Amino acid sequence: MPSLGADMEAGTLVEWFKKPGDHVRRGDIIALVETQKGAIEIEVFNEGVIGEQRVQPGCKVPVGSVLATIFDTEEKQTPRPAKETTEKVKQRPAERLGSAREATAATALSIRITPAARQRAAALGISPESLSAGADGVIGIAQVPPGPEREPAMKRAPRSGLPGLDRDEMRKAISAAMVRSHRDIPHYWVAHSIDAALLFDWLETQNAVRPIEKRLLYAAPLMKAVALALKEVPELNGRFEEEVFRPSTAVHMGLATSLHGGGLIAPAIRDVDSKSVDDLMSAIADLVPRARLGRLRSSEMTDGTVTLSNLGEGSADSVFPLIYPPQVAIIGCGAATPRPWAVGDAVTVRQVMQVTVAGDHRVSHGRHAAQFLTRLSDLISHPETL
Amino acid sequence: MTDAELTDLVKKALYAVAPDIEDQPIDPEKSFRGQFEIDSMDFLNFVINLHKATGVDILERDYPNLQTLSGAIAFLHQRLP
Repeated sequence: MPSLGADMEAGTLVEWFKKPGDHVRRGDIIALVETQKGAIEIEVFNEGVIGEQRVQPGCKVPVGSVLATIFDTEEKQTPRPAKETTEKVKQRPAERLGSAREATAATALSIRITPAARQRAAALGISPESLSAGADGVIGIAQVPPGPEREPAMKRAPRSGLPGLDRDEMRKAISAAMVRSHRDIPHYWVAHSIDAALLFDWLETQNAVRPIEKRLLYAAPLMKAVALALKEVPELNGRFEEEVFRPSTAVHMGLATSLHGGGLIAPAIRDVDSKSVDDLMSAIADLVPRARLGRLRSSEMTDGTVTLSNLGEGSADSVFPLIYPPQVAIIGCGAATPRPWAVGDAVTVRQVMQVTVAGDHRVSHGRHAAQFLTRLSDLISHPETL
Repeated sequence: MTDAELTDLVKKALYAVAPDIEDQPIDPEKSFRGQFEIDSMDFLNFVINLHKATGVDILERDYPNLQTLSGAIAFLHQRLP
């Protein structure tokens, strides 16, 4: 059972797509697993032949459990735990997502039931425990009383009505991650007011000549500036795992995204430091709607080396966020608002943004954060270089 | 276009951005942001949708006029032939 984020402790195997003896190749999808953040397709990482499937559909197992073994094609004698070979996974199309969710709690342990049967039972509000298995020992669709199939399930869907997202489950996942962060990470915070007037001037000039589909939000150049500044302070970019800090050369930036109707998720955009501002804008435009629809890929949930929490226009002045483990820093940006600002001997009005760094004291100190903020301030004053 | 048609068009552009609010009433005088957690990304996509649906050129300086349902309808009324 692969880990799909710091807050994931267990997953429920929903369905096997391959059976023992099947030949699999890198990239093949072998199973569907349900997590608190939706259903995820498990991809195989190596070539081989499926050996034993140790976990049956409906079973909830902790992260790290062996789901199945895969034999090398050449040497069939050496089984390898499939979990090592299934790190790459991707999200399943949304229409499949709703099916398994409601049954998760009911079928916590060892009830063998097909996904279709599970879906109908959940739709009818029938507990799988109360059903008897068919001749093969599995509860199939035939064992569930017929009923009006989809409609009740839709009505029982979470408030948003969107498949793939369950607000309660997501709330639990956020709680688990933040409790862990607050308990395990010795946080410190350093804040700095940055004059962002030149950034906004540059943006206005750019957007005035761009067609509407190509216009930039300030989040795009801001992300780039944050990434470039982080490159110079490696103590703020990477992961702290098993008591060891591993800095990352690339900046994979989680973008804290609020979901309509509650919930928060921080999917990562890879290589922010080497992408152009336009590419970043496209990446944001692609990522945010998918985050809200519950259509993220597992790599986006696991690859982050740092997180940006950008409150955005019309919001509060500053934020003091908690680090998303196992990362070692989170950058918080308040809304940029016109403020009195000293330039030389005069006071003028500038667009000022309060930027906060929450750092992990096991890895960095206030000096690192201050160094980062000073560099960020420089970069934001030269938006044309981003 | 009639007011009713414009109302439909604006609502459609908004729901495309935030499908989860489709079943909620919209106060025509209150900002979308204040009512529905519409952020800058949503707003930009909403404006793009309006542009695609009507062909009307929308500049950044027009954005303040598009923050509410009634504002958006009035704006389109003025710009559409």
